[in-house]
Amino acid sequence: MPRCRVAITGFGVISALGRNSAEFWTAISQGIPGIGPIEVIDRAQLRFPNAAEVHGYRTEDHFAGERVSLLDRFAEFGMIATREAVRMSAIEWTSALRERTAVVTGSAMGGQTTEDVAFWDLYRLQRSRVNPLSVPRIMTNALASHISMECGITGPAFTLSTACSSANHAIGHAFWMVREGLVDLALTGGSEAPLSFGNLKAWEAMRVVSTDTCRPFSKNRSGMILGEGGGMLVLEPWDAARARGAEIYGEIIGFGMSSDAHHITSPSAEGAGRAVKAALADAGVPPEAIEYINAHGTGTMANDATETAVIRNVFGKHTDRLAVSSTKSMHGHALGAAGALEAIATLLSLRNEVLPPTANFTEPDPACDLDVIPNKPRAAACEYALSNSFAFGGLNAVLAFRRPAA
Amino acid sequence: MSDAVAQKVLAAIAQMKKIPPDTITLDSSLEELRIDSLDGLNLFFDLEEAFDISIPDEAAKKMQSVRQIVEGLDQLIASKSTPDTMSASQD
Repeated sequence: MPRCRVAITGFGVISALGRNSAEFWTAISQGIPGIGPIEVIDRAQLRFPNAAEVHGYRTEDHFAGERVSLLDRFAEFGMIATREAVRMSAIEWTSALRERTAVVTGSAMGGQTTEDVAFWDLYRLQRSRVNPLSVPRIMTNALASHISMECGITGPAFTLSTACSSANHAIGHAFWMVREGLVDLALTGGSEAPLSFGNLKAWEAMRVVSTDTCRPFSKNRSGMILGEGGGMLVLEPWDAARARGAEIYGEIIGFGMSSDAHHITSPSAEGAGRAVKAALADAGVPPEAIEYINAHGTGTMANDATETAVIRNVFGKHTDRLAVSSTKSMHGHALGAAGALEAIATLLSLRNEVLPPTANFTEPDPACDLDVIPNKPRAAACEYALSNSFAFGGLNAVLAFRRPAA
Repeated sequence: MSDAVAQKVLAAIAQMKKIPPDTITLDSSLEELRIDSLDGLNLFFDLEEAFDISIPDEAAKKMQSVRQIVEGLDQLIASKSTPDTMSASQD
């Protein structure tokens, strides 16, 4: 079967920047961060006070009946994003289409909030048992399973877990499945809810979380800010989308991945560079075609300097004509959901002809000598863009996007 | 600078890197001792336990040599007031 072009016909997102994609775009297109004091747990015991949290979130506003007890916060975020994406796509389900639809989700940590509560009950409260729904809430594939059940999808469904690259790996594989004709539709993205007490203490011990805010590529950057949320895309063959009169919001044109074989936490410019090159090769576009990169841009000293080296190595002189920004400066680092939030940021940037800025930028760093779109959004009509994800463990995944053709 | 603190730091590094304590001097840098970022996390974690203190990230970033670690710990020990209580409330 010949390869087909892959259209994005729907997307949905929930994050610290809002409960839907319109609120998300309003914030990132104006450079407004969603970072503030952690409220979901008692932050007094933490060295860092801030996160990009979905404040005031209540399960019962979105779910009823038995679902309430079956879903961990991470799966709820993914379901909310899925519902928006499917609604936007105006897909008309048939049993044949349901059999030919894939669900590919990403999450680094799955339902670890549920796990934290269960272990608190056991170890701290000396209870002898835990909630009987703990296992189905904790399992990292819970989102894929709940999407399958809610939408009646009976095709392939699975979850990829590669730390901070999870969503990019998920979207990339869903993209390939649609492109190669293995399925006729895919729902794909990622979700994460990492703000439990035990997990935040683990991040605190890593000493990579800022006590201030996330300032990617800024000389005075002091680390990442953890975020939570979910992002989902609807992918389908271009011609099928046109034939049913669907609106096409963007196009995925390439996916590349690599592993560093280097260090469990320190990034490698060589390894990440191979993923960028692989994405360009898969897309069949030269480096000079790329105009915007949504960076991994965590705001740690190591990542941002290494990512700058990656971009300079791959793009050479073209680097100085590239715009690069980190939207993590606004929606935080949502780990296994990061690539999904950033895919939506990237496709909306191309579609709306506005590049989101790197927020909280105060001081240029010679080690990060890129045009990082500091603090103010930029009007720019770009055709091609990349979105980078470089995970702990040295696992890299890069997506290439194209503006929807007029 | 406290001798007792220095001895404990030297011992902790020696044990971690499996090297004789007398090969480590106060002026040894963590880089010279081949203590990478993950080793550093473990070292600070052990020292927090040994001295019952909390080393803030900003203080840890300034500890790039044995001398800087000892001086930093001296300050943190001197300013130690109320130890951490692990009594977080959580639903």
